[in-house]
Order: sequence, then C-alpha cells, then structure tokens
Amino acid sequence: MSTVAYITVRGLLGRRRVLLLLPLPLLLIGLALICRAYDVSPDQWGQPVVVGLGLAVVLPVISLIVGTGVLGSEVDDGTIVHILTKPLPRRDIILAKLLVAAGVSAVTVAVPLFVAGLLADSVRFGLALVVGSVAGAIAYSALFLLLSLVTRRPVLLGLAYILVWEGLLGRFVSGTRVLSIEQYVISIADRIAPTGMLDGKVSLPVAIVMSLVFAIGGTLYAVNRLGSFSMAGETS
Amino acid sequence: MSVVELENVSRWYGNVVAVNDISMTLQPGVTGLLGPNGAGKTTVLHMMAGFLAPSKGAVTIDNSPTWRNPGIYRTLGLVAEREAVHGFLSAYEFVLACAKMQKLPDPAAATARALSLVEMTDAQDRRIETFSKGMRQRTRVAAALVHEPQVLLLDEPFNGMDPRQRMHMMELLHKLGDQGHTILFSSHILEEVEQLSGLVQVIVAGRLAASGDYRRIRRLMTNRPHVFAVQSSDDRRLAVALIGEKSVSGIEVEATGLTVRASDYGSFTRALPRIAIGEGIQLRKLLPSDESLESVFSYLLEA
Repeated sequence: MSTVAYITVRGLLGRRRVLLLLPLPLLLIGLALICRAYDVSPDQWGQPVVVGLGLAVVLPVISLIVGTGVLGSEVDDGTIVHILTKPLPRRDIILAKLLVAAGVSAVTVAVPLFVAGLLADSVRFGLALVVGSVAGAIAYSALFLLLSLVTRRPVLLGLAYILVWEGLLGRFVSGTRVLSIEQYVISIADRIAPTGMLDGKVSLPVAIVMSLVFAIGGTLYAVNRLGSFSMAGETS
Repeated sequence: MSVVELENVSRWYGNVVAVNDISMTLQPGVTGLLGPNGAGKTTVLHMMAGFLAPSKGAVTIDNSPTWRNPGIYRTLGLVAEREAVHGFLSAYEFVLACAKMQKLPDPAAATARALSLVEMTDAQDRRIETFSKGMRQRTRVAAALVHEPQVLLLDEPFNGMDPRQRMHMMELLHKLGDQGHTILFSSHILEEVEQLSGLVQVIVAGRLAASGDYRRIRRLMTNRPHVFAVQSSDDRRLAVALIGEKSVSGIEVEATGLTVRASDYGSFTRALPRIAIGEGIQLRKLLPSDESLESVFSYLLEA
C-alpha cells in the first residue's frame, strides 16, 4: 500500500501540475490579508471570502484536481495497469489513493482557511475551518475518486456537482442541501466556532452522518469498481 | 509449471461478437497468438490477464479464474500493448516499485536481476520518459518479469524494437520457455512468430481458426496444394516421371529447377524418392517453399 501511495505522491507532486494547486489558496490568503490591511470589518469580508471563496470554491476545486488526479490520470494514460497487475487487494489500492488525495487536499485547503479564519475572527474560528475542511476533503476525495472510475469525464461531472448541485441548486432548492458536502463543512465548522459568518443549513448529526456516507460509501463502491476494471482492446 | 485454459469462451460488446466460442490450452513453452487486426487477439489476452470478463465460458490459470482475482498476478506477468509507464520514475524505481508491490522478499535483488535480464542496467537511473520506444518496452518487460511469473503474456512485444533488441528479446523468451514458463505473445509480424515458436494459436474474426504446430497445421490442409522447389540431375525427366504420380497436381519447369504442386503432403514426399531412384535421377534440393507462416495464415483467411 505504501508503494502505491509513494507512486501516487510522486505522480501528483513531482510534476508541474502541482503548481495548479497554488493560485486558489494564495488568492484566499491574499484577499484576507488585503481586507485586514485596509481595516475592513470582518462582518463585511468574512462571509464572501471564507464561505464564498474558501468553502464553496477552493475546497471543492482543489479536492477535484487532486481527487481525479490520483487515479483518473492513471486510468486515462493506462499506467494503472502496472498497479493492477499486482496481487494487491483492490481495497488497499483505493485506500492508498484516497489517503494521498484527502491528505494533499486537506493540507492545501486547511492552511489558507486557517489563516483566513484567524484574520477574520479568532484562532478558534480558524481551527473550526480546519476541522471542517479536513472532513470535507475526505468526503470530496472519496466522491471524486469514485467519479474517475465510473465515468471517463470525472472532472466535468465533478465540476457540475460543485457548480450546479452545490452552487446553484443548493442556494435555491433547500432539499438538495442534504446531499451537499459544502453544507456539511459549514455546519461542522459553525458548531465548533459559532460566528455570524457561517450559516449551517443542515443539522450537525446530518452533516456528520452524511459526510461518513459519502466517504465510506464512495470508497466501498470505488473498491468494487476497481475490482472489475476492464481494458478495452485497441484493435477490438 | 502453469497452464492457461480457455473453455468455450465468448466475449461480446453489445451486438458485436469479439471472441466466439474459443477453447485453448497453453502449456509451458512459447506460443504465438496470431491473427489480423481486429480478430480478437487483444480481447483474448485481456481475458487471460483478468482485465476483461468473458461474456460466456471460463478463463483459468491453474484452475483459478483470472477475472476479479488479483491473486493470479503472483503467477502472471503482463506486458500490455499500450506502452504507458510512470515516466517520472527512473527504470530502477519503476521496477523496484513493481517488486515491492509483488511483496518479494528481496525487491532490490529481484530488480537488479530483472533489469540485467533485459540489458537495461546501464540506463536504470534515467527517467523512463527520456527512453526510446525499445528501451521503454524492455523496462516494461523487466517489470513484468521481476517476480519470475510462471505465465507471461505479451501483447505485440516487438513493436518499436530494433533488430538487435528483437533478437535479444526472442532469445530471452526462448530461454524462459525452455525453463518451463508458459509464454504467450501476440504479433502481426509473422516471421517473428516463425522464428520464435512453432506453436501457434490463430484467431480469425473472433474464432480459433487453427491451433498447434504451424507446419502440421499446414500439412492438414490437404485441399490446398503444397508447393515444393525441387532440383535434380535431370529436371525435365523427373518432371515427366512425376506427372504420372497421383499426388502431384502440377509442375512448372524453370531455369532454377522444378516447382511441384502436390495435393497430398505425405504421399508426395514418400513417392518422390521412389520415383527418383527408379529413374536413376539424383535429387539435389527439396524445399517446401510455401510453408512460411504467412502462407499458412493466408490459407486460413481464405478458408
């Protein structure tokens, strides 16, 4: 399992693609610093920056880039064959990939969110955002990892989930929030550090249970799909 | 010693039948898998390698199914047609990673052995993305061989190799075959198969068209004339004598000798020396001239 994780990390971070992960977190920290430097009241910038940019864009988009990168790119270019032709339980392969994806996403997102939370309110708010984004990174990663096994266009489908389901429907159709990872993150962080900035729309038990459903359900399904991974012949 | 077995295996994609009711058994040694493009060779290889479920029938290695059974990769090595490798790793890192994923007791030693087997030791520390096609191919073969699998499947293994590398790879496969490994390779370059292996499995349009030693297959096709090049001390007199023989269906007299078409391989090869002795003619050359795999193959395609 450690070898799979090692190859995955090398593939993810050892190439120029890793630079893709930098602009969004930097933008988040930059905006928070500018607002703080100009003494803008956190009541005005806190919600748009932390929720509008951080939780609604940075967390899911980074998780999407990483989550589809750890497995989807190997499926695309065919290198996955070298990992699948080993006597490894498919569960171990998926868990290694998930661990790398969730770990890299969580670090990339939690650090800027902590800084933004600290500047907007307090250390406690910063830590609440860290906990929320770690939970979110795990759930998102499991979802996007699964997408790269069930569809040939995981990035497109993932973007549709983030933009249409969470971004658009989540705002206007209250029922869709039960299936929105962004809402779980908001509820969890809001419960740890209640401020006026976060407005949890789902209850904490729902947020926790549904995060687990996404993480565990997505992983189990991905393990099963990888078990029946098929290669179509180029000539047939 | 491992045996790969296909039992009444079919595979279809929607309405298209890619593989139609194929049964075959691969014994230790080198076997060539032949067929024109689109015949279903890759589909068969993928089913053997556990990357495709048969729609019907069973594909087994030593009686365990290959589909959804990662355990078979302890006895199976695969060199797939797509040449994708983790290009950001060096050859050594890549093969070592494969050895570790195989959970070998001494991955470093196995890696060194596999790389030297394919003559890649000198370039082992370069990143794979800097390699030529042939070097990549050899690196992939090293990765597939690192755990010394009993069964090795190779899809078009000679693609992109220069003649020297081909020779070396053929020697390697021969050696492994002689050691008792079960090796199946597909190729569209018929001379390769001919040099490497007398045993072939020929697939045409998803069906197994022929199976076994290709020279014997050729002999069994009695409705096709066998062509021989014959040279003797007196070609014209020999031609006159031969035309009276029942198994001979045609003779051409050329400056370089006779071209004899025989309808029955066995009777002709028995009759020729008898006739020559009877006529007092000395035979200088007898060569079955159309026994190349190419001609076997085109006969099968026409049939």
